[in-house]
Amino acid sequence: MSFDFEQAVSLLKTEFPQDILDTKEYRGETTVFVNSEKIASICGYLKNNLDFTFLADLTAVDYLEIKSPRYEVVYHVHRFGVDCEENIRIRLKAKISDKEPTIDSVVSIWATADWLEREIYDMFGIEFAGHPDLRRILMPEDYGPFPLRKDFDVRNREASKESFEKALEEDTD
Amino acid sequence: MERVEFVSEEQVVINEDGTRTETMMLNMGPQHPATHGVLRIVLHLDGEMVVKAVPHIGYLHRGIEKLCEHITYQQCLPYTDRMDYIASICNNIGYILACEKLLGIEDEIPERAKVAEVILFELGRIESHLVGIGTNALDLGAMSAFLYCFKERERIYDILETVCGARLTTSYPRVGGLPLDLPENFEEVVRNFLKIFPKTLHEVESLLTRNKIWIERTKGVAVISAEDAVNLGLTGPALRGSGVPYDVRKATPYLGYENYDFEVPVTSEGDAYSRYLCRVEEMHQSLKIIHQALDNLPDGPFIADLPDIVLPEKELTYTKMESLIRHFVIVYEGFKPPAGEIQHAVENPKGELSYYLISDGSGKPYRMRVRGPSFVNMQALSKMVEGALVADVIAAIGSLDIVLGEIDR
Repeated sequence: MSFDFEQAVSLLKTEFPQDILDTKEYRGETTVFVNSEKIASICGYLKNNLDFTFLADLTAVDYLEIKSPRYEVVYHVHRFGVDCEENIRIRLKAKISDKEPTIDSVVSIWATADWLEREIYDMFGIEFAGHPDLRRILMPEDYGPFPLRKDFDVRNREASKESFEKALEEDTD
Repeated sequence: MERVEFVSEEQVVINEDGTRTETMMLNMGPQHPATHGVLRIVLHLDGEMVVKAVPHIGYLHRGIEKLCEHITYQQCLPYTDRMDYIASICNNIGYILACEKLLGIEDEIPERAKVAEVILFELGRIESHLVGIGTNALDLGAMSAFLYCFKERERIYDILETVCGARLTTSYPRVGGLPLDLPENFEEVVRNFLKIFPKTLHEVESLLTRNKIWIERTKGVAVISAEDAVNLGLTGPALRGSGVPYDVRKATPYLGYENYDFEVPVTSEGDAYSRYLCRVEEMHQSLKIIHQALDNLPDGPFIADLPDIVLPEKELTYTKMESLIRHFVIVYEGFKPPAGEIQHAVENPKGELSYYLISDGSGKPYRMRVRGPSFVNMQALSKMVEGALVADVIAAIGSLDIVLGEIDR
């Protein structure tokens, strides 16, 4: 019998009865809301026991004033199956709050997560506990604000100007 | 002026007799002809051997994801060109398909538009692989292969120009289908290309595949095992070159790819040469797909009949009040997908490109996330080159076939 979404979700539910909060179906895609404190063990179970070896994407969303808690970290996990013929993809969502947004890193489970988590940190200011090298990746290292937050002021160019001037100063020293 | 420090302190070893062994730090880029854009790699060298390689990216960051939150869905389309500008038509089609999935109108798209998109998508793949192979060869000193590749790439640009008027930044299809019908001579120009191209491809192959220098520079270089490749999230030829047959066109078919007869080339060595072979074979398969698509290109409508989403015909906009109003509403407010979220993946030439769109029911995307293949594939570079020679770094970058426009977005 072939493996499918429902089976994956029900296995997850039996393994983590307390931590699978909700599931949603939309346009043929399955979204599973999970307890953000257990994200590392859920991801570890998905990879090691259910063979979801491929982390297709890892990103975050800021629901400022729309949802509470404010942030959602989104994992797209993929299972190839034998000869890449199964191809099951599940979206995991973990909600984290506004105050000191932190979630466990999954770099030790999927090496892909390294840069993807750095990008989320860079863009949203969400910290990943246990990440080996959490630095800004796309923005300059001394840049202050987090651009993809919904309360980021797009007209404020001071932050870019400051880090540019600083770099110039260092260059002429 | 401060003295430039070439020694990386963390790599200093004090030997038993008191002498110091230091590694040298070398900055490769951001301006370097072989980094294919503004990429900086800090190399820690022990003689000619790379001890550690740390890529620094972001020099080309334009904040496309943020920009797209402030404009309508149609207005995002030109931004997608500027990511993987080597194959911009593939990015465009990927984005359009994601919007269509978000709107739930996949079944309404006319067959003619789908088949035309398949042809353009595969032309985009050939175009990208030509640049990938050509520049990889150029970096390693094989000038002639590069010139053959670029000559053929011009022909593809000519086809794109006849279809949409633009060569590099196409911004071509629209949500719902094609903005205009294909030009009358479309079939002729593509068939002409199909006639000429296999010869040149054969020439490129004969210049490289059994070329001793090319083999020595690429075989056994930048090796990555299948397990590491999956763990690092590689996709595209970088993954299939390591023996994992994952291709989005087969895994979750879009645009009716399940109806075409083609194979997913897989090579198992995991080195730069194996990725090269994979790309060449993919071009042969793309030609096969284009042949089938051209033979089955149906006549009929080229855009869906969806008054809320698709702009009315230009003629009607100029002559009919209702059409003019509709035109204004769609342009100013944009179409409004129902609240929800989708992820749609396509097999871009460089790997899996997926768009994650969240709609809050308004005319602008609440969040538009791009998972670019180059960004993820780039992570494998450190693993590939550590322990190799400096010259192999260039071979590794070329064989990964990255494009910085997409890494930095």
